[in-house]
Amino acid sequence: MKHSVPDGLRDLLAQAAGVGHAPWRTLLKPGDWVLLLAAGVLVATSYPLLWRGGKADRAIVKRDGQVVTELALNVARRYEVTGAIGTTLIEIQPGRARVLSDPGPRQYCVQQGWLTRANAVAICAPNHVTLQLSGRSGQNGAYDTLNY
Amino acid sequence: MALMTRSTIELPVTVDDYRIARYAAAAIALTVAEAALPSPLPGIKPGLANIIVLVVLARYGWRDAAWVSLLRVVAGSLVIGQFLAPGFFLALAGALCSLAVLALAQHLPPRFFGPVSASVLAAFAHIGGQLLLARVWLVPHDGVFYLLPLFATAALVFGAINGLVAARLLAAPVAANPALKGAS
Repeated sequence: MKHSVPDGLRDLLAQAAGVGHAPWRTLLKPGDWVLLLAAGVLVATSYPLLWRGGKADRAIVKRDGQVVTELALNVARRYEVTGAIGTTLIEIQPGRARVLSDPGPRQYCVQQGWLTRANAVAICAPNHVTLQLSGRSGQNGAYDTLNY
Repeated sequence: MALMTRSTIELPVTVDDYRIARYAAAAIALTVAEAALPSPLPGIKPGLANIIVLVVLARYGWRDAAWVSLLRVVAGSLVIGQFLAPGFFLALAGALCSLAVLALAQHLPPRFFGPVSASVLAAFAHIGGQLLLARVWLVPHDGVFYLLPLFATAALVFGAINGLVAARLLAAPVAANPALKGAS
Protein backbone atom coordinates (compact mmCIF):
# COMPACT_ATOMS: atom_id res chain seq x y z
CA MET A 1 0.00 0.00 0.00
CA LYS A 2 2.83 2.28 0.87
CA HIS A 3 4.36 1.93 -2.57
CA SER A 4 1.18 2.96 -4.34
CA VAL A 5 2.08 6.62 -3.67
CA PRO A 6 4.84 7.85 -5.98
CA ASP A 7 7.88 9.26 -4.23
CA GLY A 8 7.51 12.69 -5.75
CA LEU A 9 3.91 12.94 -4.63
CA ARG A 10 4.78 11.78 -1.12
CA ASP A 11 7.44 14.47 -0.91
CA LEU A 12 4.96 17.03 -2.13
CA LEU A 13 2.35 15.95 0.41
CA ALA A 14 4.90 16.02 3.19
CA GLN A 15 5.90 19.47 2.08
CA ALA A 16 2.28 20.65 1.97
CA ALA A 17 1.89 19.38 5.53
CA GLY A 18 4.76 21.64 6.52
CA VAL A 19 7.35 19.01 7.35
CA GLY A 20 10.70 20.60 8.06
CA HIS A 21 9.42 24.14 7.64
CA ALA A 22 9.89 27.19 9.78
CA PRO A 23 6.67 28.61 11.28
CA TRP A 24 5.13 31.42 9.25
CA ARG A 25 5.81 34.26 11.65
CA THR A 26 9.56 33.64 11.65
CA LEU A 27 9.56 34.40 7.92
CA LEU A 28 8.78 38.05 8.56
CA LYS A 29 11.67 40.28 9.58
CA PRO A 30 11.20 43.55 11.53
CA GLY A 31 11.49 45.65 8.38
CA ASP A 32 8.84 43.53 6.71
CA TRP A 33 6.41 44.29 9.51
CA VAL A 34 7.15 48.02 9.29
CA LEU A 35 6.73 47.99 5.52
CA LEU A 36 3.47 46.00 5.69
CA LEU A 37 2.10 48.39 8.30
CA ALA A 38 3.10 51.47 6.32
CA ALA A 39 1.64 50.01 3.12
CA GLY A 40 -1.58 49.15 4.95
CA VAL A 41 -1.95 52.70 6.24
CA LEU A 42 -1.19 54.09 2.78
CA VAL A 43 -3.79 51.87 1.13
CA ALA A 44 -6.39 52.67 3.77
CA THR A 45 -5.90 56.42 3.33
CA SER A 46 -6.16 56.09 -0.45
CA TYR A 47 -9.84 55.12 -0.14
CA PRO A 48 -11.20 58.39 1.34
CA LEU A 49 -8.67 60.41 -0.66
CA LEU A 50 -9.79 59.08 -4.03
CA TRP A 51 -13.44 58.37 -3.37
CA ARG A 52 -14.75 61.58 -1.87
CA GLY A 53 -15.01 63.18 -5.31
CA GLY A 54 -18.80 63.08 -5.07
CA LYS A 55 -19.00 65.51 -2.19
CA ALA A 56 -20.96 68.62 -3.07
CA ASP A 57 -20.02 72.12 -1.93
CA ARG A 58 -22.26 74.45 -3.99
CA ALA A 59 -25.86 74.56 -5.10
CA ILE A 60 -26.66 76.14 -8.47
CA VAL A 61 -30.17 77.41 -9.05
CA LYS A 62 -31.27 77.97 -12.63
CA ARG A 63 -34.39 79.36 -14.25
CA ASP A 64 -34.96 78.72 -17.97
CA GLY A 65 -31.42 77.40 -18.11
CA GLN A 66 -29.94 80.65 -16.82
CA VAL A 67 -28.06 80.62 -13.53
CA VAL A 68 -30.04 82.59 -10.97
CA THR A 69 -27.71 82.11 -8.06
CA GLU A 70 -24.99 79.92 -6.62
CA LEU A 71 -25.26 79.10 -2.94
CA ALA A 72 -22.48 77.69 -0.76
CA LEU A 73 -23.50 74.56 1.11
CA ASN A 74 -21.87 75.52 4.39
CA VAL A 75 -24.64 77.57 6.05
CA ALA A 76 -28.30 76.76 6.45
CA ARG A 77 -30.56 79.18 4.57
CA ARG A 78 -33.59 79.38 2.27
CA TYR A 79 -33.83 80.89 -1.16
CA GLU A 80 -36.86 81.82 -3.25
CA VAL A 81 -36.94 81.76 -7.06
CA THR A 82 -39.82 83.08 -9.04
CA GLY A 83 -40.45 80.89 -12.05
CA ALA A 84 -43.04 80.51 -14.80
CA ILE A 85 -46.01 79.59 -12.60
CA GLY A 86 -45.03 80.70 -9.13
CA THR A 87 -42.34 80.63 -6.48
CA THR A 88 -40.00 77.70 -5.78
CA LEU A 89 -38.55 77.60 -2.29
CA ILE A 90 -35.09 76.04 -1.94
CA GLU A 91 -33.63 75.03 1.40
CA ILE A 92 -29.90 74.75 2.03
CA GLN A 93 -28.30 72.95 4.95
CA PRO A 94 -24.63 72.17 5.50
CA GLY A 95 -23.67 69.65 2.81
CA ARG A 96 -27.13 69.27 1.27
CA ALA A 97 -29.97 71.07 -0.45
CA ARG A 98 -33.60 70.39 -1.42
CA VAL A 99 -36.62 71.93 -3.02
CA LEU A 100 -38.88 72.70 -0.05
CA SER A 101 -41.91 73.73 -2.02
CA ASP A 102 -42.86 74.24 -5.64
CA PRO A 103 -46.09 75.20 -7.41
CA GLY A 104 -45.80 72.33 -9.90
CA PRO A 105 -48.77 69.91 -9.99
CA ARG A 106 -46.86 66.67 -9.50
CA GLN A 107 -44.22 67.83 -7.00
CA TYR A 108 -41.48 65.56 -8.39
CA CYS A 109 -38.66 67.87 -7.43
CA VAL A 110 -40.01 68.26 -3.88
CA GLN A 111 -40.42 64.52 -3.39
CA GLN A 112 -36.85 63.96 -4.46
CA GLY A 113 -35.83 65.15 -1.00
CA TRP A 114 -32.33 66.10 -0.01
CA LEU A 115 -29.60 66.20 -2.65
CA THR A 116 -26.14 65.41 -1.27
CA ARG A 117 -23.91 64.22 -4.15
CA ALA A 118 -22.17 66.49 -6.61
CA ASN A 119 -24.12 66.84 -9.86
CA ALA A 120 -27.34 65.60 -8.29
CA VAL A 121 -30.18 67.60 -9.76
CA ALA A 122 -33.82 68.31 -8.94
CA ILE A 123 -35.88 69.64 -11.83
CA CYS A 124 -39.11 71.54 -11.28
CA ALA A 125 -40.09 71.52 -14.93
CA PRO A 126 -43.49 73.27 -14.74
CA ASN A 127 -41.85 76.23 -13.02
CA HIS A 128 -38.73 76.11 -15.27
CA VAL A 129 -36.48 75.90 -12.20
CA THR A 130 -33.60 73.48 -11.54
CA LEU A 131 -31.49 72.93 -8.46
CA GLN A 132 -28.12 71.31 -9.08
CA LEU A 133 -25.25 70.51 -6.73
CA SER A 134 -21.66 70.98 -7.77
CA GLY A 135 -18.51 69.40 -6.38
CA ARG A 136 -14.98 70.59 -5.88
CA SER A 137 -13.80 69.19 -9.21
CA GLY A 138 -15.65 71.72 -11.29
CA GLN A 139 -18.98 71.81 -13.02
CA ASN A 140 -19.38 68.20 -14.08
CA GLY A 141 -16.48 66.44 -12.42
CA ALA A 142 -18.24 63.16 -11.72
CA TYR A 143 -19.91 62.75 -15.11
CA ASP A 144 -18.79 63.13 -18.69
CA THR A 145 -22.21 64.36 -19.82
CA LEU A 146 -25.61 64.88 -18.32
CA ASN A 147 -28.78 64.85 -20.40
CA TYR A 148 -32.31 65.55 -19.35
CA MET B 1 23.85 15.48 -56.91
CA ALA B 2 25.98 17.25 -54.44
CA LEU B 3 25.80 16.28 -50.88
CA MET B 4 24.12 18.95 -48.81
CA THR B 5 26.24 20.12 -45.98
CA ARG B 6 24.68 19.86 -42.61
CA SER B 7 23.61 23.31 -41.54
CA THR B 8 22.65 22.69 -37.96
CA ILE B 9 23.26 25.77 -35.92
CA GLU B 10 24.67 24.86 -32.58
CA LEU B 11 23.86 27.29 -29.82
CA PRO B 12 25.96 26.62 -26.78
CA VAL B 13 23.65 26.04 -23.85
CA THR B 14 25.10 26.97 -20.52
CA VAL B 15 24.18 25.77 -17.07
CA ASP B 16 22.66 29.20 -16.48
CA ASP B 17 20.33 28.70 -19.45
CA TYR B 18 19.06 25.39 -18.12
CA ARG B 19 18.46 26.84 -14.69
CA ILE B 20 16.63 29.91 -16.03
CA ALA B 21 14.55 27.74 -18.36
CA ARG B 22 13.56 25.48 -15.47
CA TYR B 23 12.41 28.33 -13.29
CA ALA B 24 10.70 30.07 -16.20
CA ALA B 25 8.80 26.84 -16.92
CA ALA B 26 7.58 26.77 -13.31
CA ALA B 27 6.53 30.42 -13.56
CA ILE B 28 4.71 29.81 -16.87
CA ALA B 29 2.88 26.83 -15.36
CA LEU B 30 1.66 29.07 -12.53
CA THR B 31 0.60 31.75 -15.03
CA VAL B 32 -1.47 29.22 -16.96
CA ALA B 33 -3.02 27.78 -13.81
CA GLU B 34 -3.87 31.27 -12.65
CA ALA B 35 -5.53 32.17 -15.95
CA ALA B 36 -8.24 29.64 -15.04
CA LEU B 37 -9.11 31.48 -11.85
CA PRO B 38 -12.08 33.83 -12.03
CA SER B 39 -11.24 37.44 -11.20
CA PRO B 40 -13.61 39.98 -9.67
CA LEU B 41 -12.03 42.81 -11.63
CA PRO B 42 -9.84 42.69 -14.73
CA GLY B 43 -6.26 43.05 -13.58
CA ILE B 44 -6.72 41.71 -10.07
CA LYS B 45 -4.85 38.42 -9.94
CA PRO B 46 -2.73 36.70 -7.30
CA GLY B 47 0.35 36.79 -9.54
CA LEU B 48 1.61 33.42 -8.31
CA ALA B 49 4.39 33.34 -10.90
CA ASN B 50 6.05 36.14 -8.99
CA ILE B 51 6.79 33.66 -6.19
CA ILE B 52 9.22 32.01 -8.60
CA VAL B 53 10.72 35.37 -9.56
CA LEU B 54 11.29 36.18 -5.87
CA VAL B 55 12.94 32.83 -5.23
CA VAL B 56 15.21 33.28 -8.24
CA LEU B 57 16.04 36.83 -7.16
CA ALA B 58 17.09 35.66 -3.71
CA ARG B 59 19.03 32.64 -4.95
CA TYR B 60 20.66 33.80 -8.18
CA GLY B 61 20.35 37.56 -8.35
CA TRP B 62 18.51 40.16 -10.38
CA ARG B 63 19.71 39.17 -13.85
CA ASP B 64 18.24 35.67 -13.59
CA ALA B 65 15.07 37.03 -12.01
CA ALA B 66 14.63 39.43 -14.93
CA TRP B 67 15.06 36.61 -17.42
CA VAL B 68 12.53 34.41 -15.65
CA SER B 69 10.05 37.26 -15.28
CA LEU B 70 10.20 38.37 -18.91
CA LEU B 71 10.22 34.83 -20.30
CA ARG B 72 7.19 34.20 -18.14
CA VAL B 73 5.35 37.22 -19.57
CA VAL B 74 6.14 36.38 -23.20
CA ALA B 75 5.78 32.59 -23.12
CA GLY B 76 2.90 32.67 -20.65
CA SER B 77 0.92 35.00 -22.90
CA LEU B 78 1.67 32.77 -25.90
CA VAL B 79 0.28 29.76 -24.04
CA ILE B 80 -2.93 31.44 -22.93
CA GLY B 81 -3.41 33.19 -26.27
CA GLN B 82 -2.86 36.72 -25.01
CA PHE B 83 0.34 37.51 -26.90
CA LEU B 84 0.31 41.13 -28.15
CA ALA B 85 -3.20 41.61 -26.73
CA PRO B 86 -3.74 44.53 -24.34
CA GLY B 87 -3.35 42.19 -21.39
CA PHE B 88 0.11 41.23 -22.59
CA PHE B 89 1.32 44.82 -22.69
CA LEU B 90 -0.17 45.51 -19.28
CA ALA B 91 1.60 42.45 -17.87
CA LEU B 92 4.84 43.53 -19.55
CA ALA B 93 4.59 47.05 -18.15
CA GLY B 94 3.89 45.62 -14.71
CA ALA B 95 6.78 43.17 -14.93
CA LEU B 96 9.24 45.87 -16.08
CA CYS B 97 8.25 48.20 -13.24
CA SER B 98 8.46 45.35 -10.72
CA LEU B 99 11.93 44.42 -11.95
CA ALA B 100 13.05 48.04 -11.68
CA VAL B 101 11.83 48.20 -8.08
CA LEU B 102 13.33 44.80 -7.26
CA ALA B 103 16.68 46.04 -8.58
CA LEU B 104 16.55 48.68 -5.85
CA ALA B 105 14.86 46.49 -3.21
CA GLN B 106 17.58 43.84 -3.34
CA HIS B 107 19.90 46.39 -1.74
CA LEU B 108 17.70 46.66 1.37
CA PRO B 109 19.59 45.41 4.42
CA PRO B 110 18.83 41.66 4.55
CA ARG B 111 18.95 41.74 8.33
CA PHE B 112 15.68 43.66 8.45
CA PHE B 113 13.99 43.00 5.13
CA GLY B 114 13.03 39.65 3.66
CA PRO B 115 11.20 38.44 0.54
CA VAL B 116 7.91 39.80 1.89
CA SER B 117 9.13 43.39 1.58
CA ALA B 118 10.47 42.77 -1.90
CA SER B 119 7.20 41.12 -2.89
CA VAL B 120 4.98 43.93 -1.58
CA LEU B 121 7.13 46.63 -3.17
CA ALA B 122 7.17 44.76 -6.48
CA ALA B 123 3.41 44.27 -6.34
CA PHE B 124 2.86 48.01 -5.89
CA ALA B 125 5.26 48.72 -8.76
CA HIS B 126 3.33 46.20 -10.85
CA ILE B 127 -0.04 47.91 -10.43
CA GLY B 128 1.66 51.28 -10.82
CA GLY B 129 3.10 50.30 -14.19
CA GLN B 130 -0.15 48.75 -15.32
CA LEU B 131 -2.27 51.72 -14.31
CA LEU B 132 0.10 54.17 -15.96
CA LEU B 133 0.06 52.24 -19.24
CA ALA B 134 -3.72 51.87 -19.02
CA ARG B 135 -4.06 55.62 -18.42
CA VAL B 136 -1.74 56.55 -21.30
CA TRP B 137 -2.90 53.99 -23.81
CA LEU B 138 -6.16 52.17 -23.09
CA VAL B 139 -8.30 54.54 -21.01
CA PRO B 140 -7.12 58.10 -21.69
CA HIS B 141 -9.07 59.44 -18.75
CA ASP B 142 -8.18 60.00 -15.10
CA GLY B 143 -11.11 57.76 -14.19
CA VAL B 144 -8.80 54.72 -14.10
CA PHE B 145 -7.23 56.10 -10.95
CA TYR B 146 -10.53 55.67 -9.13
CA LEU B 147 -9.65 51.98 -9.15
CA LEU B 148 -6.30 52.63 -7.47
CA PRO B 149 -7.50 51.79 -3.92
CA LEU B 150 -8.83 48.42 -5.09
CA PHE B 151 -5.68 47.59 -7.01
CA ALA B 152 -3.51 48.76 -4.12
CA THR B 153 -5.44 46.55 -1.70
CA ALA B 154 -5.01 43.56 -3.99
CA ALA B 155 -1.30 44.34 -4.37
CA LEU B 156 -0.82 44.52 -0.62
CA VAL B 157 -2.69 41.28 0.10
CA PHE B 158 -1.32 39.20 -2.75
CA GLY B 159 2.14 40.74 -2.45
CA ALA B 160 2.31 39.76 1.22
CA ILE B 161 1.02 36.23 0.58
CA ASN B 162 3.37 35.63 -2.37
CA GLY B 163 6.25 37.01 -0.32
CA LEU B 164 5.44 34.66 2.55
CA VAL B 165 5.31 31.67 0.21
CA ALA B 166 8.61 32.70 -1.36
CA ALA B 167 10.17 33.18 2.08
CA ARG B 168 8.98 29.75 3.12
CA LEU B 169 10.34 28.11 -0.01
CA LEU B 170 13.66 29.86 0.52
CA ALA B 171 13.79 28.82 4.17
CA ALA B 172 13.12 25.17 3.31
CA PRO B 173 16.17 22.94 2.99
CA VAL B 174 16.96 22.46 -0.69
CA ALA B 175 17.15 18.65 -0.35
CA ALA B 176 13.51 18.48 0.75
CA ASN B 177 12.53 20.69 -2.13
CA PRO B 178 13.23 18.86 -5.40
CA ALA B 179 11.02 21.15 -7.47
CA LEU B 180 13.16 24.16 -6.66
CA LYS B 181 16.59 22.63 -6.81
CA GLY B 182 17.14 24.27 -10.15
CA ALA B 183 20.34 23.29 -11.88
CA SER B 184 22.00 21.92 -8.76
